[in-house]
Order: sequence, then C-alpha cells, then structure tokens
Amino acid sequence: MAEPVHAQGAASVPRALVDALRMYGLLVWTWVRAAAQYPVSMVLLSLATAIVTGLDAAAIALLFSRAPRIGGFDASEVLFLYGTSALSFGISDVALGTTERLGFHVREGSLDAILVRPVSPLVQLATEEFSPRRFGKLVPAVLVLAFALTRVDAPWTPGRVAMIPVMVLSGTAIFGGLWVLTAAVQFVLLEFHGAAKSLTYGGAFLSQYPMTVFGRDLVRGVTFVVPLAFVNWQPALYVLDRPDPLGLPDAARFASPLVAAVLCAAAALAWRAGLRHYRSTGS
Amino acid sequence: MPVAMIEAVDVVKAFTVRTRSGLLRRARTPLRAVDGVSFAVEPGEFVGYLGPNGAGKSTTIKMLTGILTATAGTLRVCGLDPSRRRTSLARRIGVVFGQRTTLWWDLPLRDSLTLVRRLYRVESGAHRARLAELTALLELEPFLDTPVRQLSLGQRMRGDLAAALLHDPELLVLDEPTIGLDVVSKATVRDFLARVNAERGTTILLTTHDLGDIERLCRRVMIIDRGRLAYDGGLDELRRTVPADRVLVVELASPAAPITLDGIENVRVEGPRQWLRLPRSANAAAVVAELARGHDVRDFSLREPGIEDVLAGLYRGDHEYWCSGRPVAP
Repeated sequence: MAEPVHAQGAASVPRALVDALRMYGLLVWTWVRAAAQYPVSMVLLSLATAIVTGLDAAAIALLFSRAPRIGGFDASEVLFLYGTSALSFGISDVALGTTERLGFHVREGSLDAILVRPVSPLVQLATEEFSPRRFGKLVPAVLVLAFALTRVDAPWTPGRVAMIPVMVLSGTAIFGGLWVLTAAVQFVLLEFHGAAKSLTYGGAFLSQYPMTVFGRDLVRGVTFVVPLAFVNWQPALYVLDRPDPLGLPDAARFASPLVAAVLCAAAALAWRAGLRHYRSTGS
Repeated sequence: MPVAMIEAVDVVKAFTVRTRSGLLRRARTPLRAVDGVSFAVEPGEFVGYLGPNGAGKSTTIKMLTGILTATAGTLRVCGLDPSRRRTSLARRIGVVFGQRTTLWWDLPLRDSLTLVRRLYRVESGAHRARLAELTALLELEPFLDTPVRQLSLGQRMRGDLAAALLHDPELLVLDEPTIGLDVVSKATVRDFLARVNAERGTTILLTTHDLGDIERLCRRVMIIDRGRLAYDGGLDELRRTVPADRVLVVELASPAAPITLDGIENVRVEGPRQWLRLPRSANAAAVVAELARGHDVRDFSLREPGIEDVLAGLYRGDHEYWCSGRPVAP
C-alpha cells in the first residue's frame, strides 16, 4: 500500500491525518516564505488574481441590472448563491487546486521525485508553489457574500444562520473531493488534464447560478450524478425558505455534510487506487 | 553478521506493453524488464550497477526506492519492503536521478534545501551543521541563492547530492549521477561520493554508463543484461577477465593484401588500414620494425584493451567467453 497507514492498521489513520495536516502547514509556510522574497511580484500577482475574479462578480451584477429576476430568484438571492459557491470553490482551490498538476508530473517523470520523499504525494502536490496570492481568489467571493447577506430577505432563524458556514464547509469538502478524484483519474488517463478542468471549474460555474436556469433534466442529472447541487443549491433552498422545484424531500436540504463525507471517502479510495496503478505499471 | 542493506531474491518486474496492431486493435505484449534478479548489498559497500540501455537498471532502482512494486520475488531495503513502507524507507535513503532534479525548479537552492529539511523533519541545529558541511564539500556557496532553474548541470547535480544527503541516509541510490557533466564537475562529484562512502560509511549503489565512475569508485560491480544479472563480483576480478591481447592498428600508404606475420592474427582489413592482434608475449617494437621493412607504413597505433571490452562482450551476450570471474546468469 502507498502509505504506512495501511501497513500499521486502521488505528493510526487519525494520527496519519494529523501528521499530513501538520506537514501541509509546514510546507505552505515554507513556500509562502519563499514567495515573500519577491514582495512586489507577490502583491501584483495577488492583485491580478483579485481583479480577474472580481470581474466575474461584476458580470453577475451587470446581468442582474438588466434582468432583475432569474429563474424566480432575485438579485440578492443569486448573489447569495454565487457568494457561497464561489467561497466554497475558492477555499478548495486554495487548498487543493494544484493537485490537478498530477498528470504533468506523471508525464514529466517528476512524480518519481515526489514519491521518494517521506511525505504523502497529495500533500506535496497540494502545497506546491503555495503563494499568498492564492487567497486573492477568495476576496471577491467574500465581498459578494457579505453584500448578499445584507440584502437577502430570508426568515432568519438560528438554524438558517448556522446553515451558512455548514454549507460553505460542505461545499469546500465536495469540491476538494472532486479535485482529488480528478487527480486520481489522471493516474490512469494521462491526457485527462483538460477534462478535469471542465469538471471542477465548470462545476463551480454551474453552481454559481440558480439551478432552474439550466432546465429540469440537467438539474436532476447534476443532483444525482455529480453531487454539485449540494454545494449550495439544496442548503440555499433551506436558508432562503424556498420550495424545491424538483420536489425532493426536505431532508435533502440537510444532506450536504453527508454527501461531502461520502465524496471525500470515494476520492481517498480513488487516490490510493490510482497511486497503486501507477506503481505497478510505471511511467 | 550485519543485516544486509539491500536484499533482493528472485525479483521480477513485468510490464504489459500495448502496441497498435490494427486500426482499433491493440496487441498486449508482456515484457519482463527485470527477470529474476537476486543480490545482497552489505552496509558500507560501494556498488556499481551497470548495463546497456533498457537492461532493467532504472526499473531495479525504482523498485528499490518503492516507486514501483515488484511483480514477484522479495525485496528488503534497510530491512523494509520498499513498496509497502515507501514513506518510512524514504526517511532512511537518499535518491538522486541524474536525468532530472529532485529540487524545486523555481526556488533558490537554499530554499529547496530548507524544504527538504521540512519534508524529512531534520532538526534545525543538525540541519545547519550538515548544510555547512555539505556546502563546503560540494562548494555550493557561490550559487546557494540562485534559483535551481538557472543552475548549470554540474551545479544542479551538486545541489541534488546535497538534498539527498541532508537527512544523513544510510543508503544512497544514484541513477546516472555524472551524465552530461564536464570533466571538472565529474571529478568533484566522484571525490565527494568517495568521501561520503569512506568517512560516513554510507552505502552507495550507483548506476552509470561512465566506466570512469566505476573504476574510480566501485569495489564491486553488478552487470544486468536483458533483465538478468550477468555478473556480480569484484571490479578487480572483472578487470582480470580483460583480454590480454593488444591490438596494433597499422595504416599503410595504399590498400594491400592482408599482412601475415608469425604468431600474429590479422583481425580486420579496411582499405589501407589493418588490425593485428598481438599476444601478450609479442614485442610490439619488434613487430613494428619488421612491418616497416616489408611495407610502407604511414602510421600506427597500439590499443590497450580495457574494461569496456569486457562490457561490450557481456552486452553482446557472450559473457561466458569474457567473464571467468563470477558469472551469475545460468
């Protein structure tokens, strides 16, 4: 098996996880310190990232100045959907986005160098060239969400307020699982890089707009096939106190953490299988 | 009896090669890159691992380091099964690939080495002392703050060696560490490796195509050919199998009939050039003098056989003829 986790039995899984997280932190810190040696470039690049993502938010604002209601949702509700989804995606991108470079490392043979180091290859890939500018991706999402929250006309109860961090974190875990899943698939399909992009970045785009814009079949497919809808659609229905156009039971609105857990477990298994596949076939 | 650093018993690595055999059809051909290799390396040894391209050298190295999983056979490195305990093993061994760097392309060498310290969890005081020592030995100081991508090949290789040794591994595995290096860089790398082996007692396994590396560094040589060990023994024994005959290459003024001399075999004729094999007993000066009497000799050279002749023989497959040392293959 890939990690000592397997060799030592299931009891050490939490310890291995803590170790991996600690190593993640250490590596992020090392990369950030390295990036900080070029402060001007770091600031400019962070700014550029924030501007590019900010244009997205501006496009949404523009869209709603022309069409005040999309699919029965008003501007502040759409901005709420956009904000929560963009924040979930942003956090997952910051934490795991570079794992999609796996295919590149396999092709270049640099995965061998990663495998001879005593740290999980996933942690090494995720922290690769970590720079504070990655956080620039979060700025517009935070702004949009903050703006939407002041405008949304929802019947606020403690439950609905608590749902917001739950949906953002579940969404982050779902997107994180997708990053790892697509990286794992690249072990098998080296040229998958492009397809992976459409699954993750495309997925983020999809969940930034109300599902009813895209039509019933697509929404149904997305709800059941790729559990992206849970990123914010189902919990948002709860927060905004809306009936589900698909008529799913109310329980679906609270299923996000469960879906996130299942997806992450599937991603972990796929990653192990992918690594094993690589190690038995070679480059 | 010390525990072996590396122990391989009947190790096999089989791949399936898919080739296009029709429009949509793919033929699957099984390929045994490593086909039942057995050997043991004791602590403190410096072993050269030789073989022609595609013989299975790199595949063996990848199995030893846990990058690849062996198809059959048992493998123990530092007492661990490399593929099951890859991460634990990584802490105890150092690996250098001559063809590609294990450093980070965009980071200055110093930061790369700091990152290595984090990855291997080297305690900061020990790291400082070790880094100072390696910096002095490998003369890293002038380019410690240069991004790796701007380093020359020789500098990069020295950086890679430093990175592989920062955590003071018991075993150092080197895959063609001198490939593409100039004479001076080669000498620096060789001197350094000899020192690491002698002073720290680090076990070293080295693959190379450069016989200079082997002759300068290795007391023991393993030769792999088509996935099987063709020779495993001392370098001196291998040297003793070098054919004793020298070859005299004569260049005449014009093409002539093959020269015949008593007790000397005419090996080859090519235009005005002829190759004569001199047995050990023959006096080269006397032969040349005799040749000059009967022929218009323009030029001549005398070639001493070397270890490369042994290898060429082995690679061609007639190792029983060349290798009276300790042939391993059946």
